[in-house]
Amino acid sequence: MAFRCMRLRPLLPARRAFSTSRAARSDALFVHRDTPYNNSKIPFEFDEANTKIAKEVVAHYPPQYKKAAVIPLLDLAQRQNKGWTSISVMNYVAKFLDMPPMRVYEVATFYTMFNREPIGKHFVQVCTTTPCMLCNAYDILSTVKEHLKIGVGETTPDGLFTLVEVECQGACSNAPMLVVGDDFYEDLTPESTKKILDAFKKGQKPKPGPQSGRHTSENSAGLTALTSKPYGPGEHCQPEFK
Amino acid sequence: MLRLGAKRALRSGAASRGFQTSSKRSADVTLTVDGKSVTVPQGTALIQACEAAGVTIPRFCYHDRLAIAGNCRMCLVEVARSPKPVASCAMPAMPGAQVFTNTPMVHEAREGVMEFLLANHPLDCPICDQGGECDLQDQSMRYGSDRTRFHEITGKRAVENKDFGPLVKTVMNRCIQCTRCVRFANEVAGVEELGTTGRGNDLQIGMYVEKVMDSELSGNVVDLCPVGALTSKPYAFHARPWELKDTESIDVMDAVGSNINVQSRGPKVMRVQPRTNEDVNEEWISDKTRYAYDGLQFQRLMTPLVRQGDRFIPASWEGALTAIRAGLTNSGAQGNSIKAIAGALADTESLVALKDWINNLGSDNTALDCAGGSEPPAATVDVRSNYLFNATIPALEQADAILLVGTNPRHEAAVMNSRIRKSYLHTGLEVGFIGERAETTYEYEYLGADLKAVDEFVKSKNGFAAKFKEAKKPMIVVGSALTEHPDGKAALKTLAKYVQANKGKMLTPEWNGFCVLQRHASRAAAYDIGFVPTASAAKATPSFVYLLSADDVDPKSIPESAFVVYQGSHGDLGAQIADVVLPGAAYTEKGMTWVNTEGRAQMGRAAVSIPGAAREDWKIIRALSEVCGEPLPYDDIVQLRDRMWEVSPTLVRYDSAEPTSVDVAQLGLAQMANALTPAKASGKPFEKPIKNFYMTDPISRASVTMAHCTKAFVKGEGYGLSKDETAAQASFA
Repeated sequence: MAFRCMRLRPLLPARRAFSTSRAARSDALFVHRDTPYNNSKIPFEFDEANTKIAKEVVAHYPPQYKKAAVIPLLDLAQRQNKGWTSISVMNYVAKFLDMPPMRVYEVATFYTMFNREPIGKHFVQVCTTTPCMLCNAYDILSTVKEHLKIGVGETTPDGLFTLVEVECQGACSNAPMLVVGDDFYEDLTPESTKKILDAFKKGQKPKPGPQSGRHTSENSAGLTALTSKPYGPGEHCQPEFK
Repeated sequence: MLRLGAKRALRSGAASRGFQTSSKRSADVTLTVDGKSVTVPQGTALIQACEAAGVTIPRFCYHDRLAIAGNCRMCLVEVARSPKPVASCAMPAMPGAQVFTNTPMVHEAREGVMEFLLANHPLDCPICDQGGECDLQDQSMRYGSDRTRFHEITGKRAVENKDFGPLVKTVMNRCIQCTRCVRFANEVAGVEELGTTGRGNDLQIGMYVEKVMDSELSGNVVDLCPVGALTSKPYAFHARPWELKDTESIDVMDAVGSNINVQSRGPKVMRVQPRTNEDVNEEWISDKTRYAYDGLQFQRLMTPLVRQGDRFIPASWEGALTAIRAGLTNSGAQGNSIKAIAGALADTESLVALKDWINNLGSDNTALDCAGGSEPPAATVDVRSNYLFNATIPALEQADAILLVGTNPRHEAAVMNSRIRKSYLHTGLEVGFIGERAETTYEYEYLGADLKAVDEFVKSKNGFAAKFKEAKKPMIVVGSALTEHPDGKAALKTLAKYVQANKGKMLTPEWNGFCVLQRHASRAAAYDIGFVPTASAAKATPSFVYLLSADDVDPKSIPESAFVVYQGSHGDLGAQIADVVLPGAAYTEKGMTWVNTEGRAQMGRAAVSIPGAAREDWKIIRALSEVCGEPLPYDDIVQLRDRMWEVSPTLVRYDSAEPTSVDVAQLGLAQMANALTPAKASGKPFEKPIKNFYMTDPISRASVTMAHCTKAFVKGEGYGLSKDETAAQASFA
């Protein structure tokens, strides 16, 4: 056996000893390709309620700088457009703010929270930045992957879930965490993660926040300081002020 | 300062302008650069202060005509008491600052930046078209390290190429994201479709959606690109810069007189590049100027041709000239029935020679090759200020209100248009527009399309007319097409009266706000010489017609029986109707005088030899005059230029635009104001004279590149990179 291996090895072409996967990109393609579901012929317009909000947002800025409203408006339009920013959405926002469409494309491609591809009904974003990672965020990620049977960046066939890996969401004290839509689910374990996903699958909305029984981000092992009763008015004062 | 700017903008309420500038500050600051004291105006960038001290600072993103980006970090210098190296392009010069550009810290910084830039830049210089004129190549040799510490197993960044159309070739892997092209497109060219998408390592230059870069100035991004990411598509793989001979010359594709550098190899013009001239073209040229040169290869007239029946027979010069003598005699042409028509590409020397010869033959019938060119001109041309761009081109940036009448500067003078845009972006310039609506690169107030709109503008007391009245430096730009329009005389009369009425602002020794924008390279010189028919001569029926590079002439306007001679460089329309064709030289093959729309005489130079038996145009006319019995009194170019000096000294006062004095200009205005106009206006709209920017003269009509541009930009047909690139390259080969 060993002899055969030795015979075989020189036949292989000289190459590097290990291979890597494709370079990880921060987002999808940075150019637009017309597709049946994403092209400039698909109409998009703010509905009545959003038009009102948009006008109010624009009113926050001086008239010659109304293009400053591009990020809030893109966000508003993304919410109206099932959570993603199509080319029509960007063109509409450009028209709404009297700015060249390219300036909107620049913003939308710069910020990763603008999804330029359609997403599922529930947008699952698992944080894997260092504090979460130290608290086993990769276990959470693989739990989600296995439970939903999708990879990162993919959508379930029923269109319910899209999974992405994100950078720090600022909830490090409750690591590990994931975000579904606008809600944070914190202090996760693989079990509680599955429970949350199942609840969404059933059409329920689990309670956001820490899943460990903690109220917010207090010490999970119980308070170690400030345990005594806080003093009230009049205590610890000079006698004449009592 | 910022607040002031914002307040001002609020008041004017201009909604969409993004740029604000601070006001001018005249104070000077003194600092030392490498121990050398230098004084620069306050607000100068440190990099410019270093330049002023004679120190070259390497840079990629910084360009003195574009906004500052500060993203390449190549221009790092050391400043005393600063803990870190400073990006000198983004740092204003401070009084008393001590700058060091030659210290270990600076060397290390440059080397480090270069290492980062090369981390993702392919080392494919041998197959890169920028090789030999590449900033990255030069600077890495000078300031870079000889090795890198980046050995990424994933390889270098790969970016897909973009399709910018038939002029600009993209190899996006080579891009170092200096964003010069983006800033040029947005600020100068007015194409706001180019930008950066993505972020960080994945940042790309492009338009996000698939479209071509539709601009008349797009070729300039090729010059601006410091690496080989944007290169010239027609020139791709044709030559290396060190093989080329530079000839400093003048462009003739429009009347701007852009300063160009014709680069040739052997007998062939390989490419055309701009030359800096602050008073004319800054350092931009239009795409037609840059890319129409391949038209010099096609449709050329190489030998004299004489018509026999329905075909042309090649002839010797002697044969052709005697045929013309015979034609002149046999046609029985006498006096004003001998007619000469000067086209757009006729040089000043040949115009003078031709006019002298025609006058010697007893005729005053010297006409121009444009609509109404055979009539006495609408604006009398006795006074120069009646047909020149009096305010001069740089003054476009000082004007605070511009009224465009019957002109689309974007197509008639693309480089001048960029000045209007510059002023529009940085000052509160107001533009009014009369004529057929055009897509300019700035906003304008549309006032109407015809003579009525001109009358209304003069009478009106609100809207743009009011702003124009209030302006400190108002400017009226009259297109050359207006003088060719049936209502042109009336419109000029109205405008002349308006200028007379407002001469306190519009006509002062410092400011002449009445400007005519010519669109043909030869036109201003032709008017200077008086190459226009007299009223009586215009009535004569021509029986002998001499076409000097006249290709826009309507064949029906020439009687069937007339004997027609065509002289020019290309077998275009004019040659088809000729009885004898004389091959002349194109603008790259002769050192001649060109007078631009400001009246600025500039000297072109011969870059390559004249093909075949063709000759310089004035020499042909000189030889013909001798054959016909009355030789012109000049035997060489020096004597001819003496004659030009006699005709008008301005023709040989090179590189200066001579202003017309206020008194004389007033005489000219009075002539226009008192002109007899038809009682009834035709009411036709002032149409754009140029429908297809890319094909306006025989050279650009013969150019394959311009044909591709017409297809991509004018007709808007898909110009897919994959589909057409092979075809395009094959035709250039």
